Amino acid sequence: MRLAARAVAIFLACTLLAATPPESRKITVYSAAANYSLPVSTLGGQDYVGLLEILDPLGAVSATSNRSRWILRFNNAPAEFNSGSRSARVRGEAVELSAPFQLQGGRGLVPLASLSALLSRILGGPVNLHQASRRLFIGNAAVHFTAAVGRAGRSEVVFNFTSPVNPMIATEPGKLRMVFNHEPVLSPASPRLSFESKEIPSATYEEENGTAEITVNGNFPLMASFSNDGRTITVGPAPQAPQASGRPAAGTSPAPAPATSPAPAAAVPQPSTAVQPAAALAPEAYFAVVDASHGGNDPGEALSSTLAEKDVTLAFAGRLRLELESRGLRTLLLREGNANLSLDQRANLTNVTHPAIYLCLHASSLGEGVRLYTAVLPAGGDDNGPFLDWKTAQSSFLSLSQTTASTLAEGLKQQHIPVRVLMAPLRPLNNVIAPAVAVEISPMEGGTNSLTSTDYQASIASSLAAGILSLRDKLGAGR
Amino acid sequence: MIPRHLWIGVAIMLAAALAMGFYVWRMHGRAQVESAVTDTRPVAPPPSGPTEQATLFVAYDDPGVLLPQSAQIALPQGRQQRGEELLRALLDVYLDKSSPHPIPSGSEVLDVFFVDPGLVVIDLNGAFANGHRSGILEEELTVASIIQTLTYNVPGITRVKFLVDGHERDTLAGHVDLSGTYDISQVSQMVKALQSTQ
Repeated sequence: MRLAARAVAIFLACTLLAATPPESRKITVYSAAANYSLPVSTLGGQDYVGLLEILDPLGAVSATSNRSRWILRFNNAPAEFNSGSRSARVRGEAVELSAPFQLQGGRGLVPLASLSALLSRILGGPVNLHQASRRLFIGNAAVHFTAAVGRAGRSEVVFNFTSPVNPMIATEPGKLRMVFNHEPVLSPASPRLSFESKEIPSATYEEENGTAEITVNGNFPLMASFSNDGRTITVGPAPQAPQASGRPAAGTSPAPAPATSPAPAAAVPQPSTAVQPAAALAPEAYFAVVDASHGGNDPGEALSSTLAEKDVTLAFAGRLRLELESRGLRTLLLREGNANLSLDQRANLTNVTHPAIYLCLHASSLGEGVRLYTAVLPAGGDDNGPFLDWKTAQSSFLSLSQTTASTLAEGLKQQHIPVRVLMAPLRPLNNVIAPAVAVEISPMEGGTNSLTSTDYQASIASSLAAGILSLRDKLGAGR
Repeated sequence: MIPRHLWIGVAIMLAAALAMGFYVWRMHGRAQVESAVTDTRPVAPPPSGPTEQATLFVAYDDPGVLLPQSAQIALPQGRQQRGEELLRALLDVYLDKSSPHPIPSGSEVLDVFFVDPGLVVIDLNGAFANGHRSGILEEELTVASIIQTLTYNVPGITRVKFLVDGHERDTLAGHVDLSGTYDISQVSQMVKALQSTQ
């Protein structure tokens, strides 16, 4: 009887273990055009990745297969592979792969270890692969950081990054973890950082499964705050919980604990809590996608002799992200620099993110205030079963997009900002599978110079973020 | 001391250069005269006969609206010719010095093709698209004005496609999409919103 009970217990334990999904293995690619993650397959003990998927966000790419032969064209440069063969030809030159090329259902898989050599030939530029952690850096994509004890006291550590970052942050007793899923953060000189602080003595840097992680070790509960447009993260003591409750309540902001006294809650085991409410979502989940229109070779409208639309949209996008994130709405910026992104790439990146709202930003010298646009769908709508017509993919979200635009307009009116709600045949609104609104900011008093005014941009961004927060449940339900 | 034969060589080359310059100048002038004389292609006569009242939907940049405006236009009987004349009348409004919505000089409607059932293809010239001002509202007003003027005055149109110099084009001037085919029911909603400043 006892033996049978033991066997049942072992069976249940095995079933539970098998039911727990293992963390998917992925590679993260960082480039000027986009940062993205892709799944990694294991074949014959080797890591493989789809070459077409790697190159798709980086330029015009196509592939054809003929029996065991697979020919890929990237920006018209050919690369030829043969299934089961280690030899490949890229731009007419032979490349030796570390393991045989695999062709599965028309999908070309190349060994992960050969990515650096292959991509540098295909792209014609520097490519750096961190093979153990599966992080691939294309071109000059990199974010460096420094860490030092803050000036205000010895109880906080300030991390300064060379570009804005948006890590997922989680805390546990005595530790604060910053996980960088989409930022090309690079290791400091030493992976272990020591600080002359008794309260926060050290931090460690690690890379694993396509992510970088900084863990800050402290002697009391820690929290992180962002400043300098997301370039600075200050880690310090978490606000102390009210004595009556005995532990901090999620989403509340009690008075900060004295910096020198360890919080009583530190002695009590606590569940991991997310500092930002949105971080409680899945690691890859972004509530909003903000798209600074134009960029790279496409300057957009020449707003003045020295001011291009692409620069105004980029600055405004950063401001809007800060406003959204300060309200707990995790936000992805599609363009963080002067990158070329096609309209299809913008729509693709948005659709794979599954956001609750997509906002594309424009600027104009015509009129005044703000204009909000929803999509004008072209003729088409030839959906085929589960496959949506690319041109009219927005159709099932159009009504929610229009409701969102009206709500945002009300908020702007309350701020005394002139606003119009219109429809426009403006891509990629019609390709986005989420509520999608285009925001076009026009000058106020002061002509086109007002478009770069911090106050003007901040007032619009604040109003938009507040409006989106008010629609949070409605937008979230549509995901 | 420069040798004498060098002086002679330089003088001959200078004389040859002057002679060639004169010859090219003469040839250039003659070619211009000949091209003017030999361009005997038939020019479409301006429409004549009784005029009709038509409604043009005219864009006003300030305050960014689309408003109907009556006009007396000599319109031929054929749908294609009517469409072309309507749009030429509309572009004339925009090309005028006091235009409420300026478009580049040299802008032209090349062709309007009616492709049954209900599809119209409007072919505009490169000067129109290449010189058009960039901006969502500027471009949207132009496109809405053209489509609404055509569909209001010529019945039976359900879809509109734009070409520029006979070719497809992604956007008019960086914003408004020209790659797709416009659905008139969607355009009607767009126009309705553009007729109000609210």
